[in-house]
Amino acid sequence: MTTETLHLEAVEPGDALPELDVPITVTLVVGGALASRDFTPVHHDKAAAQAQGMGDVFMNILTTNGLVGRFVTDWAGPDAVVENVAIKLGAPNLPGDVMKLSGSVTEKDDAAGTVKVEVAGRNGWGNHVTGSVRVRLPRGDR
Amino acid sequence: MLTAEQKQELEAKLQAYVGRETGPPSVGPDLVNEPMIRHWCEAMGDENPVYLDPAAAKESLHGGLVAPPTMLQAWIMRGMPMAELPGDGDDRQLQLHQLLTESGYPSVVATNCEQEYTRYLVPGDQVTARTMVESISEEKATALGVGYFIDTRTTFTDQDGRDVGWMTFRVLKFRPHEQPKPAEEGVPAAAAAPRRLRAPLGHDNAWWWEGIDRGELLIQECKACGALRHPPRPMCGECQSLEWKGRVSAGAGTVYSWVVLHHPPIPGYEFPLAVALIELDEGTRLVANVAGCAPSEVHIGQRVQARIENVDEELKLPMFYPVG
Repeated sequence: MTTETLHLEAVEPGDALPELDVPITVTLVVGGALASRDFTPVHHDKAAAQAQGMGDVFMNILTTNGLVGRFVTDWAGPDAVVENVAIKLGAPNLPGDVMKLSGSVTEKDDAAGTVKVEVAGRNGWGNHVTGSVRVRLPRGDR
Repeated sequence: MLTAEQKQELEAKLQAYVGRETGPPSVGPDLVNEPMIRHWCEAMGDENPVYLDPAAAKESLHGGLVAPPTMLQAWIMRGMPMAELPGDGDDRQLQLHQLLTESGYPSVVATNCEQEYTRYLVPGDQVTARTMVESISEEKATALGVGYFIDTRTTFTDQDGRDVGWMTFRVLKFRPHEQPKPAEEGVPAAAAAPRRLRAPLGHDNAWWWEGIDRGELLIQECKACGALRHPPRPMCGECQSLEWKGRVSAGAGTVYSWVVLHHPPIPGYEFPLAVALIELDEGTRLVANVAGCAPSEVHIGQRVQARIENVDEELKLPMFYPVG
């Protein structure tokens, strides 16, 4: 991730975020589920996932949220403050696939000091996640 | 399927959940702490120093280590017991799901999640969450099946009772269009390729799709005034008669307008995809795909002929091919 935080003045609607490829592995699915304290069997037990008609364990929503948050702060920097994450869920993230996260700035609120970033995480089936993140950026004069 | 009366009864029961908390508040079993933050960052591949490096965090606008904001819900997750019991004993959200399962809506899928963070949590904070059923939709026909959208809102507070954030969550509790076939031994169902979306079938349109399955492209004809109409609907727009019959079209027509879809790439379709509004020689128009030529060759006025074809092992659709 970047160590320099972007200043509000340096960001404009239309700016694209660097893309991030996230290889989906059993380790990531299980590691993310347990780190988020989500022991729902379909996220760590392949037999339980298959009993629900899925091919393998699949990523839980908290991990998706965590990756979306990371994707934005990797770009914006450590002093960026995430205020809101709103996501729509689509195709599941299954091991063996790769999710490509992409995003761009769509709105800027000078008074509030925030920008809105539209984000999409696309895997081999289509969009796993689409949504937006509102993030507050420091001003350059501080 | 429920009768109208049974559905009314179900919906009255559903609405009784709206506006109520789903159970007692959930108190985070652990205080916000550095080890769990580090485990989260390790799993997510997040190297943000404000979560991990006390010295760098001290220099940041936070003035010290903070928890990743997206970890908000993790602080109140129940961990291992979730694998044994899907919910707490007096969890009304679970009862609500059970009621819908018993009423013929067995499947569930999460569709939306929004989180707002009032402030970043810091080590030592204790999180408490209260969840309320905010709304339940009417019965909706969706691409997955027929069902009800359930919206819940969870508010998160700290040890002083102050808001630290909220979350809204939407799930669809539904009856799938086709019951999934039991997976054969060792053959995961998810290995099947994604297929085209199915049209929701109902009283007013199922007859048209049954015609397609027989290989007939039908047009609805008013029995009173003879006016033709498409897509299928109960009442004649010309004379308001509810009497109608299906008439078989010859399938010959002209491209009235068209688009080539590139985005969004919906699973089950090949892109670019030529979608045209076809004016049949009988006079009605329908939306269909143009096949048999490159999408760039589709043009207004092009003469086309329908062929009813299988687009996967089950679904038949009228596809229009250029002629002449």
